[in-house]
Amino acid sequence: MKYTKDHEWLRVEGDVVVVGITEHAATALGDVVFIELPEVETVVAEGDEVCVIESVKAASDILAPLDGEITEINTKLVDNPSLVNEDPTGAAWFFKIRIDDMSVLDALMDEDEYNDLIG
Amino acid sequence: MAEELFRLGLHDLHVSLGGKMVPFAGYEMPVQYPAGVMKEHLHTRSAAGLFDVSHMGQVILRPRGSYEALALAFETLMPVDVLGVAEGRQRYGLFTNETGGILDDLMFANRGDHIFVVVNAACKSADLAHMQAHLSDDAEVIAVTDRGLLALQGPLAEAALARLIPGVAAMRFMDVAILPWQGVDLWISRSGYTGEDGYEISVPDARLRGFAEALLDQPEVMPIGLGARDSLRLEAGLCLYGHDIDTTTSPVEAGLTWAIQKARRAGGARAGGFPGAARILQELADGPDRKRVGLRPEGRAPMREHTDLFSPDGTPVGEVTSGGFGPSVGGPIAIGYVARAFATPDAGLEGEVRGKRLPVTVADMPFHPTTYKR
Repeated sequence: MKYTKDHEWLRVEGDVVVVGITEHAATALGDVVFIELPEVETVVAEGDEVCVIESVKAASDILAPLDGEITEINTKLVDNPSLVNEDPTGAAWFFKIRIDDMSVLDALMDEDEYNDLIG
Repeated sequence: MAEELFRLGLHDLHVSLGGKMVPFAGYEMPVQYPAGVMKEHLHTRSAAGLFDVSHMGQVILRPRGSYEALALAFETLMPVDVLGVAEGRQRYGLFTNETGGILDDLMFANRGDHIFVVVNAACKSADLAHMQAHLSDDAEVIAVTDRGLLALQGPLAEAALARLIPGVAAMRFMDVAILPWQGVDLWISRSGYTGEDGYEISVPDARLRGFAEALLDQPEVMPIGLGARDSLRLEAGLCLYGHDIDTTTSPVEAGLTWAIQKARRAGGARAGGFPGAARILQELADGPDRKRVGLRPEGRAPMREHTDLFSPDGTPVGEVTSGGFGPSVGGPIAIGYVARAFATPDAGLEGEVRGKRLPVTVADMPFHPTTYKR
């Protein structure tokens, strides 16, 4: 698992990367009540706002962690946003993204580095 | 430059309960506890929630002459029948300005030989100055600075509080009473800001922690933060000052005409005679140009404050002033102002969320039924 400073986790699954938000982020957001996902086949650039996530109190964005193409979205989140609070690093993945060069992941934080960041 | 924040008397208790402290109206306030906004909200609707609202302003107006002279003087600041409030009863009031806008909304009570007032935290110094400027001939205006204020709200609030203070069970909605607890006088009203039955209790600072802990020891009671306080009042359709009402909104536009009793309206015994009477009485007669309404977004996306509202043909018709998710409603809800022609239940509008126009319907308030013990 790799991590971004925006509190996203990334997991390589074959030739795509699965993206979600960390437990730390889910706890900070509080009870999630609404999620808007990107459309499949959207081509995104690192830093693009690709998802909207709203908790009882506030709205925030999820940014594309890397350049690539969205290949799959987790539509279960749309009907059951609270999954993000229940299982943020498992069932509540947001989208899968295909990237050209997997080596860009090497620049991201590993678990220890991420834990230092939120420590 | 960092703003100096006041700390609540119960600050250490909130921290020990795991409260997440945030700045609000100049105070460090618990926005939520570990249970989170959703559970805190639902617990208040099903059992009893304890809120620390000690940031609010408590004021005593002690007559220099007769109570009646004070009541009449107080009426010069509000379109409200003060004189008609019986001893032991509380009423909702609002200070208006010369243009008919609202300076603050408040609760006041007839406590026999004086009036007790509770005002919003963000407005309290301005309110005190306002009362001192206009009431000093008729009253001593006394800021109560040595008492905290707690709210216990929910269907089991009576059961929990009556175990400590049996006398509260006999109170009805909007009654006030001074009742003893372990040798101190508590100032109690049967009212609140959640749409639920419940109480607000003013407690001397020295006993505030002991009393709060005695309430938290009751099996029904859980501490509730500002986050759930906001979602609860939103579901109840209650105005948040500075958002749903302010110096530009009149009480008539805000749908608060129920707070303007007959005595102060045209033809009443003491008609007019409050700031902004010309506009307010005119709007009562002719209807306002815009009105505060409830709004139900059709999808799941909340429509937050400042969401622009449009008629189906794309004409701007107003904006959202409070909006979010209603945990008991199970979906997004909002309060906003719309042009008079659209201020009817079931009117179909659109709200612009992140560049997209989404359907929203004008709806009756409250969004969740109130359970006051009348």
